[in-house]
Amino acid sequence: MSRIEKTAHFSRRTMLQAGGALVVSVGMPVGLTTVLEIRNAVAQGAKPPLTPDQLSSYIAINADGSVSAFFGKMDMGQGLFVAIGQMVAEELDVPFKSVTVIMGDTATSVNQGGASGSTGIQLGGKQMRMAAAEARRVLVEMAAEKLGVPADSLTVRDGVVQAKADAAKKVSYAELIGGRYFNVQLEWNKEIGNALYAPGKAKPKDPKEHTIVGKPIARADIAPKVYAQQDFCTDVKLPGMVHGRVIRPPVAGATPVKVDESSIAAFPGAKVVWDKGFLGVVADKEWDALKAAQSLKVEWSETKPPFPNAGALYEHIRKAPVRKREVDTKQTGNVDEAFKSAPRIIEAEYEWPFQSHACMGPACAVVEIKDGNVTCWTGSQKPHFVQNGIALTLDMPKEKVRSIWVVGPGSYGRSDADDAAMDAAVLAKAVGKPVRVQYTREQGTGWDPKGPASVHRARAAIDGSGNVIAYEFTSKGFSRIDVNTNGGAPWDTLAGQLRDVALKSGDGFGVPAESYEFASKRLAWETIPPLLDRGSPLRSAHLRDPVGPQVHFASESFMDELAAALNLDPVEFRLRHVKDARDIAVIKAAAEKAGWQSRPSPRRDQTGPKVSGRGIAYAQRNGTRCAIVAEVEIDRATGKIWGRKFTVAHDCGQIINPDGLKHTIEGNIVQGVSRTLWEEVKFDAKNVTSIDWMTYPILDITETPESIDVVLINHPEIAPSGAGEPSIRPVAAAIANAIFDATGVRIRRVPFSPDRVKQSLS
Amino acid sequence: MARINLDVNGRTHAIDADPDMPLLYALRNDIGLNNPHFGCGLAQCGACTVHIDGQPVRSCVTPLSAVGDGKVVTLAGLGTPEKPHPIQQAYVEEQVPQCGYCINGWIMTAAAFLDRKKKPSEAEIKDALTGLKCRCGTHMGILRAVKRAVEMMG
Repeated sequence: MSRIEKTAHFSRRTMLQAGGALVVSVGMPVGLTTVLEIRNAVAQGAKPPLTPDQLSSYIAINADGSVSAFFGKMDMGQGLFVAIGQMVAEELDVPFKSVTVIMGDTATSVNQGGASGSTGIQLGGKQMRMAAAEARRVLVEMAAEKLGVPADSLTVRDGVVQAKADAAKKVSYAELIGGRYFNVQLEWNKEIGNALYAPGKAKPKDPKEHTIVGKPIARADIAPKVYAQQDFCTDVKLPGMVHGRVIRPPVAGATPVKVDESSIAAFPGAKVVWDKGFLGVVADKEWDALKAAQSLKVEWSETKPPFPNAGALYEHIRKAPVRKREVDTKQTGNVDEAFKSAPRIIEAEYEWPFQSHACMGPACAVVEIKDGNVTCWTGSQKPHFVQNGIALTLDMPKEKVRSIWVVGPGSYGRSDADDAAMDAAVLAKAVGKPVRVQYTREQGTGWDPKGPASVHRARAAIDGSGNVIAYEFTSKGFSRIDVNTNGGAPWDTLAGQLRDVALKSGDGFGVPAESYEFASKRLAWETIPPLLDRGSPLRSAHLRDPVGPQVHFASESFMDELAAALNLDPVEFRLRHVKDARDIAVIKAAAEKAGWQSRPSPRRDQTGPKVSGRGIAYAQRNGTRCAIVAEVEIDRATGKIWGRKFTVAHDCGQIINPDGLKHTIEGNIVQGVSRTLWEEVKFDAKNVTSIDWMTYPILDITETPESIDVVLINHPEIAPSGAGEPSIRPVAAAIANAIFDATGVRIRRVPFSPDRVKQSLS
Repeated sequence: MARINLDVNGRTHAIDADPDMPLLYALRNDIGLNNPHFGCGLAQCGACTVHIDGQPVRSCVTPLSAVGDGKVVTLAGLGTPEKPHPIQQAYVEEQVPQCGYCINGWIMTAAAFLDRKKKPSEAEIKDALTGLKCRCGTHMGILRAVKRAVEMMG
């Protein structure tokens, strides 16, 4: 990892130049005769462009034999770059330490979608694996030519190709191509983003041969952070840079009608940037910019407070018109008929609030516009889309915009980072200087895109013998894509919306991901319109495991309600109906590891102020399966819940790095407990009122679980699926089910704050 | 504006600044120490924590006028890879952070606590760290690292 100064001047060219950058053209036949010096190559138009169909866009062998892996996805702190390095090193047969994974710069990597839906390994790693395998194939063919030995009689060890029969016949990758580009065409599927796939001719290794994949290799980016040697995007400083702050309206939807620039004249370099609803200031020094933003006299338009009373949020959702309804295609049986005839119907509704990303630091970005080129340093988890967004926002060709990710203060989805990048771009263009924008805490929590609030209705029909003959589950809520998953278009960012581009709210929600089989079953979702058509602090977007926690809080709570109604053990009930073998395996593994005793809930054997209980929940997520047993303690007097112990069984197919995976799961469990017990964005009719850590509390260190036991189920033969988010998915329901087990009380609204728990228990 | 001398990580820095300006901005912008971080400006999260005369303080709300001739130590001054503070070493060994933006709070607070309290219990450790924030949810790793540091410090 490097300091900012180096990052700023980094280019692909400097990565390769040690050996004099050349292009190696590897067509058919393969041979060194096709090697061109890069200046000739450029002159002939042969320098490989940074496009998804070029091997050089993913893999380069440097002059010293080290490997650069250019990754178009992002590691936001879960150690993904280690796993990618392992996959590349494995396929290339080079030591892990010789691979450097380079990501987040639009000048050095193609758009593989950035951080998105836990697909870093599942999709991004799949592509890097194929590219590395192709690079190895090409290098072995080059060696065959050079050594006069057939390719199938060669082997590779630590980046040296050698004859199987005669180890003296050898040539290193560095000698073959070091410091020169591959010029190898891949079979690109013409997609960009998550769907990008461009394999070569090579087949990746059989997992049985893996020696680097599957190993618990530590992260190299931790020590620089711990010794204060790692700069963040908040630390980017440029010559002539000024500091910007934006000013948001006191009533959501209001716009400035009068701005008194003289009110900030005392601050050196202070300027106002005002364009319709967008209002910002810059000043030479950061402290002055902050004070100028506070001192600026602004008259705002009279606006009708746009929000429902916060207490009426769920009524608003229930009554709101349905904009789109989607029924899951896996519908079975005749649900409506079954409910008509069933002797017993069990129904419940669950509610989940708006939640904030509440990143550790409010978002920051720096934008420089120089000689017709724009450079943006951003903490956004999708820098390639920031490039698109800035190009559209500033009306410039995309080729003139470079976006560089620098590690930011946490990222769990579509946070405020993309908005900050666009704000910095607007300010930089207006004042003609590089601008650094950092939001205030109030803006970071109050104005980030929110995880959507929702209501979930579940019902089941039971026949005379106690069998579930029909199950229906419907979510209704704000869309998870009021603003898109990235800041790639003006209508998706505050800078665009406040400058009067209307929101283009898309329709997205989701259904429970499980394999319960009932005679009839229907899963559906419904979206409702946003509360404001632009510039809303309650615009909804992706927040870690988008809608997964809310949907599975409801669906897995309801499965527990059914088990209790039928007087069945919750694990046994699930195993009766869950049909997928890997689902069954995680449920059994979690229960076994937790020492689960078979009995129905609630336990009914406790008295006194402190009671405890256990609960299980499980979910799938894009191929991954996760089951969690929660053991909680409840203080009846205070209503305080302690998630004492969590046992997690996790199956994401092939495990690339078990150590990174365990840390990732722990983080998900803790964030999941936080979101379940504490997190709720509060608002009044005018605006969001959760604006700091007092008004948006998260889990404190004193509330940390005593233990999180992780059971990793490894399937080397199954292509890896995601692990970044699945384990947050069942947390809320596991806790809710444990509270029910302990108390016999079912809490159907998150968060389980002490007040709510106390009220529910009384 | 005033001429202010600050003793930071064993060196004296003379800066021209508003005495009301919080120490955080002087450290980051005038002295060029990119740690600590701005997290809230409200003393609610700890991302800006430094030591003044061995005590952890939130530099985001500490005006320069209150620093006086206090000796300021930042994360960069706590230890180095060659000569780490035990809590830094433990943090690396336990692979604690995800994004790492919060670590000034945890490491500087834990370091000051462990310097005055030998062999603390788990409950004492938690109480010493209460109020600090980590959004990535690395709480388990933080506690493992502090316990590891306790063992290292004997």
